[in-house]
Amino acid sequence: MPDALALAAGQVGEDFFTDRSGERACEATGKLFCFDWAAENIDRYRTPTVEHLELVGVAVVAGFLIAFGLALLAHRLRWLQPPLLAGTGVLYTIPSIAFFFLLLPFTGRGFDTAAIALTAYTLQIIYRNTMVGLANVPESVRDSARGMGLSPRQILIRVELPLATPEIVAGLRIATVSTVALATLAVFAGGGGLGDPIYAQINFKTNIIIAGGIAILMALAFDFLLLAIQRIATPWRRAATA
Amino acid sequence: MIGALLPHLFPASFGGAIDFILEPQTSNVTGGTTVGGADQVIELTLNQLEVTLLALALSMAVALPIGLYLGHRGVGETLAVGLGNAGRAIPELALIAFMAAAIGVGLLNVTIALAVLGIPPILTNAFVGIRQVDRASVEAARGMGMTESEVLFRVEMPMAVPTLMSGVRGATINIVATATIAPLAGVLTLGDFIINRNVYGDDGVLAGAMLVALLAVTLELSLAGIQRLMTSRGLRLGAA
Repeated sequence: MPDALALAAGQVGEDFFTDRSGERACEATGKLFCFDWAAENIDRYRTPTVEHLELVGVAVVAGFLIAFGLALLAHRLRWLQPPLLAGTGVLYTIPSIAFFFLLLPFTGRGFDTAAIALTAYTLQIIYRNTMVGLANVPESVRDSARGMGLSPRQILIRVELPLATPEIVAGLRIATVSTVALATLAVFAGGGGLGDPIYAQINFKTNIIIAGGIAILMALAFDFLLLAIQRIATPWRRAATA
Repeated sequence: MIGALLPHLFPASFGGAIDFILEPQTSNVTGGTTVGGADQVIELTLNQLEVTLLALALSMAVALPIGLYLGHRGVGETLAVGLGNAGRAIPELALIAFMAAAIGVGLLNVTIALAVLGIPPILTNAFVGIRQVDRASVEAARGMGMTESEVLFRVEMPMAVPTLMSGVRGATINIVATATIAPLAGVLTLGDFIINRNVYGDDGVLAGAMLVALLAVTLELSLAGIQRLMTSRGLRLGAA
């Protein structure tokens, strides 16, 4: 069991880069960013970028499935709302880096531990936005749906959820962008990702800028992608604002 | 049945971590150094609290005036909301590492780096909170002869407290969490237990994680309490 806790600064990505003459040459120039080094070594960031995408993908998809399911449940069973809000709130508040190590005795080091902690972080954001979206559906719209003879199930699927889509997607965007940023800490759980190269050469500015830059671009790309999906999924809103 | 599950649910390592928090012990990793114990735990907790509160104060000093002003005037929505979105994309590890490598280590630099995380949510929520106030209430206040600053401080701000405070709470959660990796930039917080396993051992790592979680939850509950005290009685009745 103590081996499960074998995680520390010195052990993470120690041999990530081996030949460091290029780095020393760059640092010797005193420049903030060395384009030559970046052009030659950009391949080193491919695997961490893929791992980062996997971490974010698993965390957001799992977070969405769980939080969305809980929200639908709480929509039907109102007494569940206070405990679910408080429970997801605690998971959101516990810093991911602490969460990684609290999980270690149970799940050990690695991708799973990092993914679980990141998933736990997304729950509150997605749950709360889904509940707000459902609560914002005007009562008169529900009444009309009932008057047209729709069952509660049909009202949920055909009226309430479509109208709540903007809030739900807004929650997904916040959760995804935050998770891309937070996943840089997965290196402390041995979960890989863009934190790996950052931590391996934490004093090398060009390295930090490349890895950090990829993370920021990834977050922005996800944000635009989700916004585009929302536009496509809610055509009536485009018509209304046009 | 339950007896068989217990060791699995509560591995022995948690007991070691609690011992580490309560009693100074000889490090079995570095050999001979005394680590852990209440004194060191309190010192590192206070350090983390200090850098967190300093960064929060700096964030509020920068973000509140700008957010409240823009919200009151109703201008700069793209800036105020866009900044909040962009702020979430800042990778915490890269931020702290960049600060340490490019600018330097120390309390001031870490405070500034953490404030970079705190400013966007506070500014955005201040703007949104003020904008959400019912325009009819604002017009009524003007009609009663209130000056612009009275409108802002006596009508708009009290009604914006819940949104304002949710920005402050979001900022605090991110700042206190990121303060955990402040030892990478030369400020010894509870994260030192976590990052320097070669000094503190497995018990220290787990103790650090427990303490960081406890500190974050305590701060969040305190702010929730402050928010309740700050919300005017009329609004609380309306919400109930």
